[in-house]
Amino acid sequence: MSDTKYDNSNGLSFQSPTAIDLEKRKFLIQATAATGAVGAAAVAVPFVGSMLPSERAKAAGAPVEVDISKIEPGSMMTAEWRGQPVWIIHRTEEMLAKLDAHNAQLADPDLEVPQQPAYTKNKGRAINEKYAVMLGTCTHLGCSPNANFAVTADWDGGFVCPCHGSKFDLSGRVFKGSPAPTNLVVPPHQYLTESVLLIGEDKQAEA
Amino acid sequence: MTDQKVSATASGSTGSGSSGLLDWVDARFPLTSNIKNHLTEYYAPKNFNFWYFFGSLALLVLVMQIVTGIFLTMHYKPDAQEAFASVEYIMRDVFGGNIIRYMHSTGASMFFVVVYLHMFRGVIYGSYRTPRELIWLFGVGIFLVLMGEAFFGYLLPWGQMSYWGAQVIVNLFSTIPFIGPDLSEWLRGDYLVSDATLNRFFAFHVIALPLVLLGLVAVHLIALHEVGSNNPDGVEIKKHKDKTTGIPLDGIPFHPYYTVKDLVGVVVFLMVFTAIVFFAPEMGGYFLEANNFVPADPLKTPAHIAPVWYFTPYYSILRAVPPIGISQFPGVAAMGLSVVVFAFLPWLDKSPVRSIRYRGNLYKGWLAAFVVSFVILGYLGTLPADTWGQFGAWMGKADRATVVARICTAIYFLFFILMPWYTKRDKTKAMPERVTH
Amino acid sequence: MKHILLSLLLLPVLALASEAEITVKAPVDLSDHESLQRGAKTFVNYCLNCHSANYMRYNRLQDIGLSEKQIKDNLLFAGDKVGDTMKVAIDPQDAKKWFGAAPPDLSVEVRARGADWLYAYLRGFYKDDTRPTGWNNLVFDKVAMPHVLYELQGVQTLNHETHALEIVKPGKLSPAEYNAMVGDLTNYMAFMSEPAKQSRKYIGIVVLLFLGVMLVLAKKIKAEYWKDIK
Repeated sequence: MSDTKYDNSNGLSFQSPTAIDLEKRKFLIQATAATGAVGAAAVAVPFVGSMLPSERAKAAGAPVEVDISKIEPGSMMTAEWRGQPVWIIHRTEEMLAKLDAHNAQLADPDLEVPQQPAYTKNKGRAINEKYAVMLGTCTHLGCSPNANFAVTADWDGGFVCPCHGSKFDLSGRVFKGSPAPTNLVVPPHQYLTESVLLIGEDKQAEA
Repeated sequence: MTDQKVSATASGSTGSGSSGLLDWVDARFPLTSNIKNHLTEYYAPKNFNFWYFFGSLALLVLVMQIVTGIFLTMHYKPDAQEAFASVEYIMRDVFGGNIIRYMHSTGASMFFVVVYLHMFRGVIYGSYRTPRELIWLFGVGIFLVLMGEAFFGYLLPWGQMSYWGAQVIVNLFSTIPFIGPDLSEWLRGDYLVSDATLNRFFAFHVIALPLVLLGLVAVHLIALHEVGSNNPDGVEIKKHKDKTTGIPLDGIPFHPYYTVKDLVGVVVFLMVFTAIVFFAPEMGGYFLEANNFVPADPLKTPAHIAPVWYFTPYYSILRAVPPIGISQFPGVAAMGLSVVVFAFLPWLDKSPVRSIRYRGNLYKGWLAAFVVSFVILGYLGTLPADTWGQFGAWMGKADRATVVARICTAIYFLFFILMPWYTKRDKTKAMPERVTH
Repeated sequence: MKHILLSLLLLPVLALASEAEITVKAPVDLSDHESLQRGAKTFVNYCLNCHSANYMRYNRLQDIGLSEKQIKDNLLFAGDKVGDTMKVAIDPQDAKKWFGAAPPDLSVEVRARGADWLYAYLRGFYKDDTRPTGWNNLVFDKVAMPHVLYELQGVQTLNHETHALEIVKPGKLSPAEYNAMVGDLTNYMAFMSEPAKQSRKYIGIVVLLFLGVMLVLAKKIKAEYWKDIK
């Protein structure tokens, strides 16, 4: 068998270079690539989505109801929401009276940084002034500050973080000079009755 | 070598703009030359038919199994107390979890579908023959590791079939003379399949064997690209090269020609695959067995246990081979041999031709008998041994299915044992010089 | 007379042939939300006292058309939340003491046994004084579970000659009503065994249509390039 017969065929037979419709090929490649990209994006949905909080995590993170009637005036309780501590502090008249006294020492006394829902951007930083509700997680690096309600000459009662010494008052507002940059976070919450608090969902969400 | 010309025209244009970045990379890593060697200037025979889809499909399934596997690992718990529940957790509570899980379970079975077809292609076109023995041996290695992968993975859902399947297979090792009982205890890490077994099977399934598998796939491909692909005619395309370029006359660049062709195969495969995933993930109990929706119970064996379909031919062989005395070892040995025997094909086949196209009826007859036996063994392996009832007294009331399985087992092994003889005697046709179609 | 009529009426349905053979198809229709809702109610009222469905969350019932409020008001036990799974009231250890075997979790029962088996099982209880509970079952011999629904179904006995069940004492429901009720229950349990079954089928149709488009493109591109090859 003679090879010369095939010499320039090489399995490929270009009738002539113009016979190849480069435009058509380019179009087909682009169309296929674009469709394939759509497909790849769709395939990514379950994979990326699988890393979101699962139904179990959502159920565990569902709003929690807390009965606050048992909290003695001047003391606090810690509820759990989404695995995080939520403080509910029953503030006495004296405690409330002292809140304004130390405004000058605070980093953000007027709650300019949105660390709370709009409905608690008020004087007592609460829906019902008597009860302060806040996440017990330091805004510096996430430690849980300790309560120190004992009033001294230069301390009106509040919280001190054991990790880096950030100080907060009884509304969760941070004192100047603390490593924590902002006030403690107030989670969304609402009163179901006068003594039952729902943490994790506010009235706006329901509306 | 000055063989740049042809591929350049084939892929349309090279353009002048090989960018600075590409040069920078190429000075440090052989990117362009690798793309050339394995894609744009890897010359594959132009006459591949649909049988040649299954190699790239196997690679696709491997990638899918690894990706889905990684995401399953994020939620699965390899703990006897939690494993079953964590699978249902994936199925219900994890967003997209059911799709990912079904892709993985369907992928396991489809892996074997694709690999069996890929192996069969190798057999009918003689792809294991010189100089491709190593490709074949690496391939057999991949097949063995894949079986291990499937076996270890099957325990993880911790259902009844998972549990008792693992129990039975681990106990097979205990039939090995002398060391058997200690060996199977060592494999389990306990006196029965337990939490310890689950944990180590998990390690094998997600780390150890995938690493080995990836390594074997790499050397399988490197060896293939060293010697070049076989083809349905079984002729060596490198025998006839273009005198000026040195390119095989019957070769065409893998890219773009086979990439676009394989794309068609991939889409068709994905249609079958997704049809199973979304409409019939259990595949009538063959891909996901009903009994595996019952949590593992070490005190209660299900009425009928059978391995997953891809193991059933070998399981049938195990059952068909009679024990010697009280030792079940002959069956176990036969089963092991039935898998390993594929490795010897390159040295058993003495035919002057490679492809079935030019073989005679003697070989074709033996191959047909082998395929039929393999399928019957696979079918019988899914059923109880007495499924067809018994023969009359004239056959000593033997189970019909067992007798059939024994005949098929004999054919299975004779296909290999007699191969040197019948391939030599076979009346082959003359092989063409160049590929035909 | 009435009994004989009843049993005649039931014969074609309840002649479940031999123990293993189940000939009657369960009325499973996962798109029938009303049936699924009735079944869910039956499941919560009767089954959930002893059996758990630990993998099934109540809020998943939104898939069968119930609102969160309806779930809360009609199906939840006091103290449970809609995000909770269907836990069982009794202690499994107690249950094991009483019945000899802990009642299995029913989340995936239909996937394990099949809906047809379950439908036959729920209708297959008959009086058998040799059993500790006084009950036996046509498709589950020597079952440990007593016939919880006998007040509704009535009492059946096994006719050993015809191997069929006969109602000897009618219950609160007519046989047709009872069949419909356990049919709904079976349907619900089929839903519960894989709540995402319907939605995955919808996704599947979209995926296949997409792949159809891909196939056309792939074939065109292949044909275009392979023009080069002789």
